[in-house]
Amino acid sequence: MNKVAVYRKEHFNAAHRLHNDLWDEATNDKVFGKCNNPHYHGHNYDLVVKVTGVPDEKTGFVMDMKLISDIINMEILEKFDHKNLNEDCVEFKNLNPTAENIAVVIYNILRDKISSHLDLQVRLYETERNFVEYPVN
Amino acid sequence: MQKINALVYITRVEHFNAAHKLYNPSWSHEKNEEVFGKCANENWHGHNFELHVTLKGDPDEETGFVYDAKKLSMIIKENVTEKLDHKNLNVDVSFLSGKICSVENLIIEIWLLLSPHLPPQVSLHSLKLYETPRIYVEYYGK
Repeated sequence: MNKVAVYRKEHFNAAHRLHNDLWDEATNDKVFGKCNNPHYHGHNYDLVVKVTGVPDEKTGFVMDMKLISDIINMEILEKFDHKNLNEDCVEFKNLNPTAENIAVVIYNILRDKISSHLDLQVRLYETERNFVEYPVN
Repeated sequence: MQKINALVYITRVEHFNAAHKLYNPSWSHEKNEEVFGKCANENWHGHNFELHVTLKGDPDEETGFVYDAKKLSMIIKENVTEKLDHKNLNVDVSFLSGKICSVENLIIEIWLLLSPHLPPQVSLHSLKLYETPRIYVEYYGK
């Protein structure tokens, strides 16, 4: 049977800043620029979750997209929507909330919730122009 | 060149990313949560804001422009978006001090900031400010 990829798109709005505690202010400013603002800034994040597998014989679904949406809402949006990623989210206590790291965190959370016989990939848009994907094939 | 007598609207889109919260300091924490919900999170949240600036006028006889869109972009960046981009609207932006940082209040302030910097031959028609792709406000200066 041929594999098919299905995609579900969700979004969340959050504040963050990019900062490395081990560096001095000047280095943080040099590397992270205006993203280092100690008072934070924010984004409308768009999250695209890709699930790949063989459509089920009985339902025709790779995975029910409503179920994918429910899992994303419960496991990701509940944690991150209208939050400060640095301050409110334990996942980023010791991890810089770059788009790259947020995508890896989201993948790891979702991987446990989606059947292991389905392939999973996340694409995270921080802005329309900046987006990341994980894992890379 | 032929003069075209036709009113044309030209819009330049700019964007900025910022943190904010909706919070009325004269209310209790509970009342703020009741009215503003998760937007009242004391640790802030944030958005990719998109600003549409629309001018109106007849195309100039010599250039064919209502106004040079590149110049308009520079005026918006210098006077508006550089003051807001990667900022905390409640904390870092002096002209919002003492105001609730709703998208409604922000668009009025942007009009006041921008209009004095447009050349006299240009007529500012409207501003449109998107907080998310699904939520936006419009302002016509009155």
